Amino acid sequence: MEEETAFKHNHILGLEQLSAADIHFLLKTAESFKEISTRQIKKVPALRGRTVINLFFEPSTRTKLSFEVAAKRMSADTFSISASTSSLTKGETLIDTARNLAAMNPDIIILRHAFSGSPGLLAKHINASVINAGDGTHEHPSQGLLDLLTVQETKGRIAGLKVAIIGDIAHSRVAHSNIIGFAKLGAQVKVAGPATLIPLGLAEMGAQACATVEEAVSEADVVMTLRIQQERQAESLFPSLREYANHFGINKKVMELARPDAIIMHPGPINRGVELAPDLADGVSSVIMDQVTNGVAIRMAMLYAIMGGGE
Amino acid sequence: MSTLLQNGRIIDPANQIDGRGSILIDQGVIQEIYLDAPPADLPEDCAIIDASNNWLVPGLIDMHVHLREPGQEHKETIASGCKAAVAGGFTAVACMPNSTPINDGQEITIFILAKAAEADLCRVHPVGAISKNSGGSELSEFGELKKAGAVAVSDDGLPVESSQLMRRALEYSGNYDLPVISHSEEMTLSQNGAMNEGALATRLGLRGIPHVAEEIMVYRDIALASYLRRPLHLAHLSTEESIDLVRRAKAKGAMITAETAPHYFTLTEAAVADYDTHAKMNPPLRSEADRQAIRLGIADGTIDAIASDHAPHSQLEKMVEFDLAANGIIGLETSLPLSLALVRDGLITPSRLVELLSLNPARILKVGGGTLAKGAPADITVIDPDSSFCYERQDIVSKSENSPFLGQELQGRAVLTMVAGQVRHTTL
Repeated sequence: MEEETAFKHNHILGLEQLSAADIHFLLKTAESFKEISTRQIKKVPALRGRTVINLFFEPSTRTKLSFEVAAKRMSADTFSISASTSSLTKGETLIDTARNLAAMNPDIIILRHAFSGSPGLLAKHINASVINAGDGTHEHPSQGLLDLLTVQETKGRIAGLKVAIIGDIAHSRVAHSNIIGFAKLGAQVKVAGPATLIPLGLAEMGAQACATVEEAVSEADVVMTLRIQQERQAESLFPSLREYANHFGINKKVMELARPDAIIMHPGPINRGVELAPDLADGVSSVIMDQVTNGVAIRMAMLYAIMGGGE
Repeated sequence: MSTLLQNGRIIDPANQIDGRGSILIDQGVIQEIYLDAPPADLPEDCAIIDASNNWLVPGLIDMHVHLREPGQEHKETIASGCKAAVAGGFTAVACMPNSTPINDGQEITIFILAKAAEADLCRVHPVGAISKNSGGSELSEFGELKKAGAVAVSDDGLPVESSQLMRRALEYSGNYDLPVISHSEEMTLSQNGAMNEGALATRLGLRGIPHVAEEIMVYRDIALASYLRRPLHLAHLSTEESIDLVRRAKAKGAMITAETAPHYFTLTEAAVADYDTHAKMNPPLRSEADRQAIRLGIADGTIDAIASDHAPHSQLEKMVEFDLAANGIIGLETSLPLSLALVRDGLITPSRLVELLSLNPARILKVGGGTLAKGAPADITVIDPDSSFCYERQDIVSKSENSPFLGQELQGRAVLTMVAGQVRHTTL
């Protein structure tokens, strides 16, 4: 019956607030939008006359461009503001910045911010719809959704799959959205990484923490590895990149434990040779470039749904 | 002119009184306590206040508040803080030294006392800093602080990181009989944390403050105080293990006293769930198990005092991203109603409540008060324990509005606050 369910959210702040039906709706909509990006004229009029502002307080190439491309393919007018050009550097508060933008009557503000919960704060103070493009160590819903879409496309389903997420779970908003999303759609999620980077409360979120990478990857249908931030080494969270690569990196040997048809995912940008062996990143089981392609489609679906396309 | 507080329930644990009676006040002092009917020959000009629906208790003392003056007057001033205090039923407050500049010497202490005298509302007891500029390296001048009127020392807001400095403070304070108050926090563990560490912090993507960050320092300071045989007061305890540590130390005879704040026995970390910056404080709101342990500690006498940790912040500090928001909530006007809930829940008697909010703070700080003895200064709080009210923004007397209890139905409040015989607040 999920096809019948309308998408009723004004904001997309995280996968936590979305039901399984909401997620299925977005995936289905994205699938139908994928074809648009293969046309010669890559544009549909769905959001003509709508104004979309990309408000990015953290550096981002992929996500920002992906949202821009998505909005333009839906015929929305898009504008991008990044921290270096914004008034934030002049000491204005986030709420003031948002209110000023809201006074120009945008329909959607897409926010990337270093602090968890910022999109919710914005949503409370302005009328426009807010889409979270990554907030602190909280959530990155569009990444989580595009990962779900990629897995669904490749595997034909999500329910019942075994998903392993490897790396810095504590600081990864990508991991958080993925754990919540995969768990909601009935996959079994296992995580592994240095114990210093495995947070409390994963079971409540829907994931099982494993002591070793091997245990998490064993029999997995999907292996997702996360970018390790080198600055975590300075915080004594892991001793060296060499040790990380040798003990927590994904390579051919580890992948032998996964199912033969297992796919490899990475949200990018990759530290080649650290969290992922180069031959795997470019190998046949890698769906990393599909993730990027699907990113545009899922963001088109998010923009469409939030503007009432699901009604 | 004399005043008679007539026919109330007098609750005065210092004198083992809990019964109906009247209090005659004149010349700023308690002239007589009548546990039977008052005599017919009262002075002719005696003002009679009917207290038959009320409790008459020794003036409440909040031993842990932040008045923000000097330096952060947009949040609170000594006058506005005192006004909030008497509105909440408090006849005395002890203000922590983390003003700007820090109260680490005579000048600021004298300034605070002068401002308090000017406000002329309630008693203000300045707490001086343990270290110069609360910098954690050199002791401040305890002797000069005491001479100027400071009643205790603490680096509240910041822990004393060096064990050696804490040892010196516990020793040197003995020369001046100055209580030492510990803000117990192991900073390398709590660093940059925004809320209690656990599943909720993970879900919200907020860096957690583990409860052991408090407990390690509680233990360190108990160990030092026990070793040196010196008294020590532990501020705003928030965790189960902290309470256990205090319970064990007391059983061994250590001179340890401890306080908690109403939010720690009323709320849990769940209040943070929507990134509500009004639920951000340090120490952070903890788990339900911690909340229950604190209630137990209050019931069994492990906790000696309830203090609000009244920490005013303006919207500038609170209407921002959770990570950037300042720690702390106002509490002077909600402390009594939230504490009265402990009595209604059957956890403590009214007499024990008065110990927690008046007698014990007076004894720990050695500031007088906490008693309704004949001849004592007439610091008296008249409480209506039953009346319910909705705590609304427009009712707030403090200059700031940062409370997680806004919009909530509270029960019981001070209907009259008398300081040295002067009525400083009344709704009667």
